[in-house]
Amino acid sequence: MTDQRHHFRQPLQRSPFHPRIEAANVLNAWAPWAGYTTALNFGDVAMEHSAIRSTASVYDVSPMIKYAIEGPDAVAYLDRLTLRRVAGMPVGGVQYTAWCNDAGHVLDDGTLFRFDETRFRLCCQERHLPWLLDSAIGFDVTIRDVTEEVAGLSLQGPTSFAVLKAAGAAELADLKPFRMAEVRLGPVGPVTVSRTGFTADLGYELWVAPERALDLWDHLMISGRLHGIRPVGTEALNIARIEAGFITANADFVCAEHALRPDRARQPDEIGLDWMVDLDKGPFNGRAAIRAARRDRTLKWALVGLDIEGNISAEGSIVYLGGRKEVGQITAAVWSPTTKRNIALAQLLRPWHRDAGDKLRVEIYALRELQYHKLMLPARVVKRPFFNPPRRRATPPAMF
Amino acid sequence: MKDTAASTVPGPSSRTWDAVVVGAGHNGLVAASYLARSGLDVLVVEKNEWIGGAAVSRELHPGVTYSNCSYVFSLFRPEIMRDLDLPAHGLQVLPYESGAVFKRDGGYVAMYRDHEATRREFARHSPRDAESYDRYSRDIMRYCRFIRPLLMRTPPDPASFKLRDMSEMAYLARHFLALGSEDAAEMVRFWTMSISDFLDEYFENEAIKSYLAVSSIIGTALGPMSPGTAYVLLHHYMGDVDGNIGAWGYARGGMGAVTKALASSFLAAGGTIRENAPVARIKVREGRAEGVVLEDGEEIRARRVISSMDVKRTFLGCMDPSDVPAPFLEKVRNFKSRGSSGKLNIALDGVPEFTALPEGSPCIQGDLHFTDTLERMERAYDEWKIGRWSSDPFQDTMIPTLTDPTMAPPGQHFMSCFVQYCPPRLEGGREWTENDRDAFGKAVLDQIEDYAPGFKNRVLHVEVRTPRELEAEVGLTDGNIFQGELTFDQLLFNRPVPGYAQYRGPVDELWMCGSSTHPGGGVMGAPGRNAAAEILRGMKAGTTKKTEMRDAYPVI
Repeated sequence: MTDQRHHFRQPLQRSPFHPRIEAANVLNAWAPWAGYTTALNFGDVAMEHSAIRSTASVYDVSPMIKYAIEGPDAVAYLDRLTLRRVAGMPVGGVQYTAWCNDAGHVLDDGTLFRFDETRFRLCCQERHLPWLLDSAIGFDVTIRDVTEEVAGLSLQGPTSFAVLKAAGAAELADLKPFRMAEVRLGPVGPVTVSRTGFTADLGYELWVAPERALDLWDHLMISGRLHGIRPVGTEALNIARIEAGFITANADFVCAEHALRPDRARQPDEIGLDWMVDLDKGPFNGRAAIRAARRDRTLKWALVGLDIEGNISAEGSIVYLGGRKEVGQITAAVWSPTTKRNIALAQLLRPWHRDAGDKLRVEIYALRELQYHKLMLPARVVKRPFFNPPRRRATPPAMF
Repeated sequence: MKDTAASTVPGPSSRTWDAVVVGAGHNGLVAASYLARSGLDVLVVEKNEWIGGAAVSRELHPGVTYSNCSYVFSLFRPEIMRDLDLPAHGLQVLPYESGAVFKRDGGYVAMYRDHEATRREFARHSPRDAESYDRYSRDIMRYCRFIRPLLMRTPPDPASFKLRDMSEMAYLARHFLALGSEDAAEMVRFWTMSISDFLDEYFENEAIKSYLAVSSIIGTALGPMSPGTAYVLLHHYMGDVDGNIGAWGYARGGMGAVTKALASSFLAAGGTIRENAPVARIKVREGRAEGVVLEDGEEIRARRVISSMDVKRTFLGCMDPSDVPAPFLEKVRNFKSRGSSGKLNIALDGVPEFTALPEGSPCIQGDLHFTDTLERMERAYDEWKIGRWSSDPFQDTMIPTLTDPTMAPPGQHFMSCFVQYCPPRLEGGREWTENDRDAFGKAVLDQIEDYAPGFKNRVLHVEVRTPRELEAEVGLTDGNIFQGELTFDQLLFNRPVPGYAQYRGPVDELWMCGSSTHPGGGVMGAPGRNAAAEILRGMKAGTTKKTEMRDAYPVI
């Protein structure tokens, strides 16, 4: 589409991998994500989830919003913007981070990639250009939306390194979690590979120019044939990410700039991101508010993992203390095939994230043949991730 | 419209109505319907030979129905539609498409129903503005959520010590304080600032700002740089089409379908409407309204008189000054109801081709505008100040027949052009002439022709309306479409006159139910409903039937 005026004819954009995804999407299970049409599944969610946990899976992450942040002040700017310390980040490092407004309310979380001394890329769920530009006043830094300039493919699962080795990147054996490297993959040419992902399993994300996307897909599929590779959709990935205990913006928390109801905004401590707040690194957006909330004990919410009795998944349920008092709601839930537990992420009013003991109950309306079965199932707060295998971090990684 | 007078009304002098409502516009009919459903014997008198007021559809070219005044639908309260069963009486609301502002360089900025399409459209002009739009929409929506619960509540009198007023003041205070100090400050700024300043806080692109400013000047004798215009924008955003807040639609069959459904509901409840019955005077005896005198001298007696006319026409035009306290009259004179707009209603034998739009663009089915900078909009206003119509006018133009199949034969179309600025009187206080009116119409047609060559060849008929025509036909003083400007000084308990915001006039049993009262104009129906609520409240228990009158749907 060269004439940009015609965009309305195709309201959802197509990812650079679309031709391959379309061919494999045998049930035509599509859903919009950030303005792109994306696959919900490729015909069998259980088999796809099984590939994530047993072999290798590919998931198209091209719709992720990506901003290039570059310039002599990039480090200072990012340290001012985000919660974690950026100055100490090595070149080739990747950081899971988040950023807040002045009230200390989380605007989004995302992944920060450092390419060299002055060049970074920030990947996130939502759009933030005005915020990023306004925050750059006074810094020698440029910020550009590069979403459409970078195609991303997530390769996750115990055989993902075996696939990459077969694809010609044996040197990735040395790549540690949250590091990236540039490799040449046979017919694809240069590919940036980061050891990152959304599954809590061994896995990598591969970044290429859009015009190399189909070659990358084809090369991985050929290289992975003996290693059980298969494309997976959002439904299977979502199961894996809940097992990993990862949160998603505007699903498990509401981005502060999107919150229509002001009481929906959350501080990092209220969505389980307290560990990334570096109060000692120098000034950053939201620091005073976060510090004050901790000091004055005004934090209201906490985000926890729940282990719920039974085997009926609890999406959208209200959480009670005893039988009556509402103390929170479930933001994501699934019967976990990997852990054989009924797990969920939930927002709980403080102090019940800590003090509820065995008193939490989850109200589930299970629709079975046109009738609801109303259940009040006991639940308890457990540590996240629900699933955290040693193979996730092993360096060099195992072949399966 | 059926004149029911002949068949059902007994001799004029022999009967005393429970209520006579002056004016068969939407608010008059809403008030009348609620009262009729409560068991009152209600007569609506209308000066024209048709009903509808400013929610009217007339066929002025064979086969082509116009929305002669108001032309889009959003603010009408859904609670009223349900109470009065308007869908069963034929009211159907159609959501409409997107729209565009045309730029002088041959380009355009569009808005689409699809959020991503709008984002990408804005991004063509400014990537930053494309992403600012979400926060802007969020903030406007916050203000809407604040104001919506207030629309169907009678404003308190802040100077009163009555329990009801004090508890309503307390409600307002709680509602406001619930915002928190930061949002409360933002809200006060928003209510009082100019739309230009407000948009500058979010956007950089002039054409995008111009598009978003459209709703802030409509019907208002202010420019986008005048303080107070941000609120006018909110007033246009607080409606919805089936829960899609801020969205606008068409009443199927034209805006007259709204009053047609209301009249049908009213008649079904036992009410009576008399067309061709212009009121000369509201009769008062010993401080109490007791009926109206028509221009032909006929007297109609009633236990209460409810005026849906604007306050100026009601108190300055239809009452003996000695019946009304002088200070009240002075305040009515000071009420701002300056006319600012005109309208062209056009019958077309085909769809104009706007050269900027790519073939198949849905924007042609939406609202179209030709003012691509706020400065041009402000300059258009400058001409109004010196008593000229804008030579480079601002338009809110649309072709409802691309959405509604009922208003024109296939292939023909009705085009509605709302135009600003258009003063009620010309330079030096001179009255409009036919020549002036035609020259105004030509300026508007020429502007459309510039963007759609060949447009004029498709024109079958044009109705040109300046404030003069609006006043003469609809009765709106100075042609102000809101029966008084929607600025902060004239809202809530100050609308229309401090101390008289509870729909009661300064004379016993004289009531006001038009858009001059809270919460104002825009074809909301809320003034009529609120007035009926006050009237019924004041009546003795047991004298009325219980009827459905919902409170505002909760905002959760």
